[in-house]
Amino acid sequence: MTAYRVEVRVMPRATLLDPQGQAVERALHALGFEVGRVRVGKHLELDVEAANGEEAAARARAMCDRLLANPVTEDFAVAVRTA
Amino acid sequence: MSRRVAVVVFPGSNCDADTLAAARDAGSDAYYVWHRDTDLQRADVVILPGGFSYGDYLRSGAIARFSPVMRAVVTHAREGGHVLGICNGFQILCEAGLLPGGLVRNARLRFLSRPVRVRVESTDTPFTSRYATGDVLEIPIAHGDGRYVVDPRTAAELEAGAQVVWRYAGDNPNGSTNDIAGVCNAARNVVGLMPHPERRVAPVIGGSDGTRVFQSMEASHATQHAGDVRAVGDRHLRV
Repeated sequence: MTAYRVEVRVMPRATLLDPQGQAVERALHALGFEVGRVRVGKHLELDVEAANGEEAAARARAMCDRLLANPVTEDFAVAVRTA
Repeated sequence: MSRRVAVVVFPGSNCDADTLAAARDAGSDAYYVWHRDTDLQRADVVILPGGFSYGDYLRSGAIARFSPVMRAVVTHAREGGHVLGICNGFQILCEAGLLPGGLVRNARLRFLSRPVRVRVESTDTPFTSRYATGDVLEIPIAHGDGRYVVDPRTAAELEAGAQVVWRYAGDNPNGSTNDIAGVCNAARNVVGLMPHPERRVAPVIGGSDGTRVFQSMEASHATQHAGDVRAVGDRHLRV
């Protein structure tokens, strides 16, 4: 078994209005930064013991399906690295 | 006989007492069920009240839907039992997959706590039968995550199947799809809404526009009871 750090990124669905992202975008413009569209999501770090990276990713995806992301409103992506 | 109404209490529920009182005022035999309980005590109706279950961590309702009691609530719903989710209860029902769609941050971000006008769009549910279609009510909202979202295909199905039960009238406070304030499932036994009818059940607290939600619930017992008696030959059998 190997210790993995799984990073999960949960983002609001691209088709949905993201008012948080818009508010941050406006704040950045107000500060003089040049920036296009901003979207705000969540980042989770999971410490997982697994036989290999694929297994760690599969478990993290199962966690996303069940709890960490809502498929109606959010999309997720999983990245694995050794801890 | 009064209907037995289980008001589920999650850690962070804060409309449970008002909801219990509103149900009792309508004549129901209402009682609390703790979220760790697995027995609904022969409930006819389950109400998931408003509040901030589990502090809204992760997403509103996301953790509450895995509370031990929810297994019994899902079974109750699948068997055709009546379920009402108010505000956070609506969010939990969506997270649990008992209602379509989801509730996300208000379009203008701000937490909204004020009366809104909602129109009754369907009276064919256990919680709206005592209203008339088109009735416009004044009922308070109190939510940060009240924007109902659903994919376009499901939205069309909801409209076609008359599953939109309440719609914001005039002003849409949170940017919800098609001004939706409340929906029911296809079987019409599970209903969720963002406004708080339990906060409008007496003139002294600002009005009585919410009273008929609880009266409908109590009255649907009589309807259901009548439906249970089926004529077979020249006899009436209770089934």
